[in-house]
Amino acid sequence: MTFSKAFAAALALAAAAQLAAPAAAGTLAAVKGRGYLICGVSTGLAGFSIADQQGRYTGLDVDTCRAVAAAVLGDAGKAKFIPSTAEQRFTLLQSGEIDVLTRNTTWTLARDTGLGLTFAPVTYYDGQGFMVAKKLGVKSAKELNGASICVQPGTTTELNLADYFRTNHLSFKPVVIAQLEEAENAFFSGRCDSYTTDRSGLAGTRAGKAANPDDYLILPEVISKEPLAPAVRHGDDEWFAIVKWTVFALIAAEEKGITSKNVEDMRKSDDPEVKRMLGTTPGLGQQLHLDEAWAYNIVKQVGNYGEIFDRNVGKDSPLKLERGLNALWSQGGLMYAMPFR
Amino acid sequence: MAGQRRRSRHELRPGAIAIQAAVLAIVLLLGTYLVHNTLVNMARQGIATGFGYLGREAAFEIGETLIPYSPADSYGRALLVGLLNTLQVAIIGIVVSTVLGTLIGIARLSGNWLVRKLAWAYVEILRNVPLLLQLIVWWDLLRVAAPPPRAAWQILPHIFVSNRGLVFPTLIWSPVYLWMGVALMAALAAARIVARGKKRAAALALILPLALFLLAGAPLAWEVPELQGFNFSGGHTLSPELAALLVGLIVYTAAFIAEIVRSGIEGVSRGQSEAAAALGLNRRQALRLVILPQALRIVIPPLIGEYLALTKNSSLAIAIGYPDLTAITYTTLNQTGQAVEAIALMMAIYLALSLATSLIMNWYNARVALVER
Repeated sequence: MTFSKAFAAALALAAAAQLAAPAAAGTLAAVKGRGYLICGVSTGLAGFSIADQQGRYTGLDVDTCRAVAAAVLGDAGKAKFIPSTAEQRFTLLQSGEIDVLTRNTTWTLARDTGLGLTFAPVTYYDGQGFMVAKKLGVKSAKELNGASICVQPGTTTELNLADYFRTNHLSFKPVVIAQLEEAENAFFSGRCDSYTTDRSGLAGTRAGKAANPDDYLILPEVISKEPLAPAVRHGDDEWFAIVKWTVFALIAAEEKGITSKNVEDMRKSDDPEVKRMLGTTPGLGQQLHLDEAWAYNIVKQVGNYGEIFDRNVGKDSPLKLERGLNALWSQGGLMYAMPFR
Repeated sequence: MAGQRRRSRHELRPGAIAIQAAVLAIVLLLGTYLVHNTLVNMARQGIATGFGYLGREAAFEIGETLIPYSPADSYGRALLVGLLNTLQVAIIGIVVSTVLGTLIGIARLSGNWLVRKLAWAYVEILRNVPLLLQLIVWWDLLRVAAPPPRAAWQILPHIFVSNRGLVFPTLIWSPVYLWMGVALMAALAAARIVARGKKRAAALALILPLALFLLAGAPLAWEVPELQGFNFSGGHTLSPELAALLVGLIVYTAAFIAEIVRSGIEGVSRGQSEAAAALGLNRRQALRLVILPQALRIVIPPLIGEYLALTKNSSLAIAIGYPDLTAITYTTLNQTGQAVEAIALMMAIYLALSLATSLIMNWYNARVALVER
């Protein structure tokens, strides 16, 4: 009796061991089997990932995720979004809760090496800045000596802030608040003199949350490089290649002038690279273990990088951000797709 | 008969031993498997392990520190800053909530209808609203109600209230204070040894430090807060975050303590208060001399639980931006990515704090417990 019980328990344990062995590789197979893609996004940052009243997500990061869904599943609508705080995001990815992290995340050495992550190409080149109330009369970040500054924990922002003030021999009091909404409220209610995050985030907060956006000023200093990039788990090269080339496809489509409107006609283009990309000449899709129409689906359903930018953060959005560093390399920016061959 | 049954329950039959050994083996196996699995997975995913990160530069700033700290210090020191902040909240919170809770507990049994009902309403409302919600409400209130620093209220000379908190002057440290402290200790020690002449020793305890102070040229210098740029500089600041956390924890925990105190008082047999009345003690004397000392014995064990809860609840500080142990741990684990180590360390520290609280209170309980003869 006792022995059989123990034996049964041992069997159960062995079974559990089998189940507990995590899916190391094979994110692609998992996503295909599941029928939808799961992306980690922010808890609500205008322009990057924010849910509307119907719970529909929009934003640049959201569109990156939808592009991956279009490439893998042929349907940009088959993407689910899990909102996470700055602190939870890496654990979500490491533990396999999400397939790809598209959550305004800065690519740094420590994150690339120590966290078991791999970063895909940058989708937004950003830099950290400061926002202040105009009535404070501050015109430069150098005038912020002794200021209370609202910041979110677990971000590169928190570290850049300390670095910047150390470098300039200034002092400050951080007010560190985990929830984005609470941090924004604390700033707008006057608890902090300044709020610091990536400048795109500042623009989003100002446009989306301020009672009167004109009362607030984003200071001219850019104190850091913040290349925001999607991230996947380390060690799954097949999946990494798919996310990487999805981003390149978005950029390449803009380079080649392929838009969601003309993609149908572009399939008949004379340009051999366009033909390879859109699957008219087969081969590239197969090498990524995807359908040959993968890039066609991306552009058709989500658009090219320029369309995504304008719609979410650029001239057609409340944020009205300039292309700046995020223009194509041929127009003085940093956006550059590797060759499609 | 009863003795026989008790013995048979404790007697270990060979079958029972086998079952227990098997269960123990399974638990151990499962534990080993989990640890092993975690390590293997982390290694495979390229996640760094070990506690080496504690010595590395933290590089983030902390808003409120009880010990000197700069971003150039290590993660270890940052954690110490967080631990001290947690301890500060726990100690102040425990002391004040005990006092407040006792008063409200007594008020619950007051002869005055209004006082009794008010105390009842306090307890029912505060203990039934989630603590996190209360903390955020307090924080928002403190932030919105107070003016910006440039229009701060001066409530007393050199003491200001603004949405940056309460700022007050601090005494600038002088080595003479140390010697004054030594003199005071010496005088008090002398008073203990020399049982007689207590008055003379007390006078000595007063005169000796004072003489030292005057002899050193009365070094009394205050660091006075002054409005400089955005904020007050100088003096000490009690931030809205700390204030909200303390107020929230205290009024919440006091509601529970009040109920414990009330049950403690009601647990003292009615004959005791009747006897006190028969002796001619009035209500206040009866409470102070007869009822409360006996109620204390009933109250302490459940009180330990409340103290532990308060200490652990202080980890909600992270929601309102007070840099306690939890907040610093989360920042650390996020910057280093070493979630397993950071969380394990935090759990160990909270466990140690709880065990220490428990130990002290149990010792006190043993001291005051009624020795039954």
